[in-house]
Amino acid sequence: MAEKADIGTLAAEERNAQAARKARLFCCGSTGCLSSGGGAIANALTEALAGHGLADAVDVVPTGCMGLCSLGPLVRVEVPGRDPVLYKEVDPMIARLIVAEHVVPAAGAGDEGFELPAFFTEHILPMDIPFFTKQTKVVLADSGRVNPERIEDYLAADGYQALQNVLANMTPQAVIELIADSGLRGRGGGGFPTGQKWGFARQAEPVNGEKFIICNGDEGDPGAYMDRSVLEGNPHAVLEGMLIAAYATGATEGWFYIRAEYPLAVDRVEKAIKQARRNGLVGKNILGSDLNVDCQIRLGAGAFVCGEETALIHSIEGQRGTPRPRPPYPSVQGLWDRPSVVNNVETLANVPAIIRNGPEWFHAMGTETSKGTKVFALTGKVEHSGLIEVPMGMHLREIVEDIGGGNPADKPLKAVQTGGPSGGVIPVDQLDVPVCYEQLTQLGSMMGSGGMIVMDADDSMVEIAKFYLGFAVDESCGKCAPCRIGGTQMLALLQKVTDGKATLDDLDLIRRLSRAMQQASLCGLGQTAPNPVISTLRYFEDEYMEAVIVYSDPSSQDWTPRGT
Amino acid sequence: MAEEAAAVHIGRIAKQWGKKRGSLIMMLHAIQDQRGYVPRDAALELARQVDVPLARIYEVLTFYNYFKTSSPGKAVVSVCTGTACHLKGAPDILAALGEELGVADGEASEDGNFHLQSVRCVGCCGLAPVVTVNATVYGKVKPAEMRGIIGQWQDRIDAGEL
Ligand SMILES: Cc1cc2nc3c(=O)[nH]c(=O)nc-3n(C[C@H](O)[C@H](O)[C@H](O)COP(=O)(O)O)c2cc1C
Ligand code: FES
Repeated sequence: MAEKADIGTLAAEERNAQAARKARLFCCGSTGCLSSGGGAIANALTEALAGHGLADAVDVVPTGCMGLCSLGPLVRVEVPGRDPVLYKEVDPMIARLIVAEHVVPAAGAGDEGFELPAFFTEHILPMDIPFFTKQTKVVLADSGRVNPERIEDYLAADGYQALQNVLANMTPQAVIELIADSGLRGRGGGGFPTGQKWGFARQAEPVNGEKFIICNGDEGDPGAYMDRSVLEGNPHAVLEGMLIAAYATGATEGWFYIRAEYPLAVDRVEKAIKQARRNGLVGKNILGSDLNVDCQIRLGAGAFVCGEETALIHSIEGQRGTPRPRPPYPSVQGLWDRPSVVNNVETLANVPAIIRNGPEWFHAMGTETSKGTKVFALTGKVEHSGLIEVPMGMHLREIVEDIGGGNPADKPLKAVQTGGPSGGVIPVDQLDVPVCYEQLTQLGSMMGSGGMIVMDADDSMVEIAKFYLGFAVDESCGKCAPCRIGGTQMLALLQKVTDGKATLDDLDLIRRLSRAMQQASLCGLGQTAPNPVISTLRYFEDEYMEAVIVYSDPSSQDWTPRGT
Repeated sequence: MAEEAAAVHIGRIAKQWGKKRGSLIMMLHAIQDQRGYVPRDAALELARQVDVPLARIYEVLTFYNYFKTSSPGKAVVSVCTGTACHLKGAPDILAALGEELGVADGEASEDGNFHLQSVRCVGCCGLAPVVTVNATVYGKVKPAEMRGIIGQWQDRIDAGEL
């Protein structure tokens, strides 16, 4: 049995150890940066430090995503008493220079100060650019600061304090009320109030003494990687959120469902669970209380529909990942018919911070109906592409133009896509809307899980619609006819449009099919699959019409879809 | 001998997972991790050892497109066709690779060395467009670079490294 751990002592020891360092070097060890050579950089830094006799005095901390993925690998140098410096596009040579020309002199210099050599300029990323200053980090606060593979790092950053506080001082009902007061809503796309969901699960009677909490780490939206970055960058925060949810709802077991395509995330969550178990944070009598929760991981296997909660549950059970009608909702009848709370990764990662800082703190960020922050994967035609976190209510234009830095290609932007295959496009003249669940839905898109893709004049909206619909058709599980057949038929019609062979009747048919799919499909996949088509038709009908008009004019044969 | 080794391997997997709930997919992952795909003999052996009907195994195996039921070749070349990569030219990358390898999406080259496939978002969207070969990720790639990348892997195959 796990020894009763004193996490306070561990945290204090780690903080002291960190404070004693002459410098700390943080280098991004998430999949994106590792693939552009991040692993070699950590090695180069470590070797160079050893060469200068600083191996024990300076830490090299492999971290989760630091955000600005398009300029990675990134390295941040922190020397006590000096401003941190962020280096971009680092290679092993630059890493050695950073040690020799920055860390060594800075660590040795006294109060008289020291100057960075001029040749670094082009590799230093100013930290006062809007990409950094306009963000507010809650979920990502520790990503890029802690080593995700060491529980001590997380403890030193106040990790597991929220759990400790909850177990010692709060009733489960009080936790549910606190989360409800904070206004936290699900970050997996639907935006369901988390406190309310937990309340339903609390009321549900356990079956065979069991109730479950499930973390949805399936992240199906192609072109988005928020959840993966959170799992890779700060797995303990998600685990802590899960344990608090278990306490609040009375869950007896926790399940992580993670995409198999994310091996690094799986590995880090596995390590986090092991470390937490060793420290008495997972298992029996957690932190000496009577809370007993064990946690396990199950992998997805490349099916988008498994992000839908009932399909996900079938998949954990080892079945084909097909959805079933709701109600009954999983919080009443879920995994193996036990009451089960399904929460998104980012939702759970918010929980410890809300407990630590209080519901008012969280409630103060955002709009009337959408509180807190949202993480987005900002990609496409922007200068600064990466992982960002902004307060709800920030205008889309501010995100795209200030944080994203506009289009590097100097072409006019055309639209922003949110919500992935279930969402829609928002045209550039409507970007002055605050990011919140209701506003985005009203514009015919949705918050979704956080993909945000910027498109410019080169991108044909009909092609985009076809791209997303093609994805939904590929991923349809085939169980219900409106989705299976409707999707395929609609894709054929869109193909006619891009082939320049469509008529006005075809456009009409597309609209009718869309309505049928929305109304009659069994699950969210089919119900939302027409959204990209409907929204492009709504805002960019001219691009569809162009194809139709060209077809009705026999003199023009060589039509190809293009941006306008 | 190879068959015996396979049976032992599956025995280990069955021992680790067989009694746990919801473990069929995890066992199939374990087989694919080891062998690159889930061969029929392995599925049969698993069915025998954990007492699950073969039809149940194939029902699951064929639903999830992560699982392969035939050998994928020595170098699996995956082109990300997620949205970010699509917008930054993934179709051209796929076409260049198809030409270089002489295969279509989802096919293996004649010598069985390369397997070309399109995949959805590998999660490095900031580096779009992205290609992976086995576990190596190439970011911000251009169609003209494909020949060089394939050449590197061909060299490794020729040197017997794979
Ligand atoms: C087709 C489809 C795909 C989904 N994919 C995801 C996903 O990748 N991640 C996720 O958290 N939720 C996804 N959801 C939403 C889940 O069904 C569920 O609402 C969510 O995980 C609940 O967590 P939350 O309340 O914390 O948001 C998807 C829903 C549908 C209909
Ligand atoms: S879209 Fe290609 S890596 Fe995400």
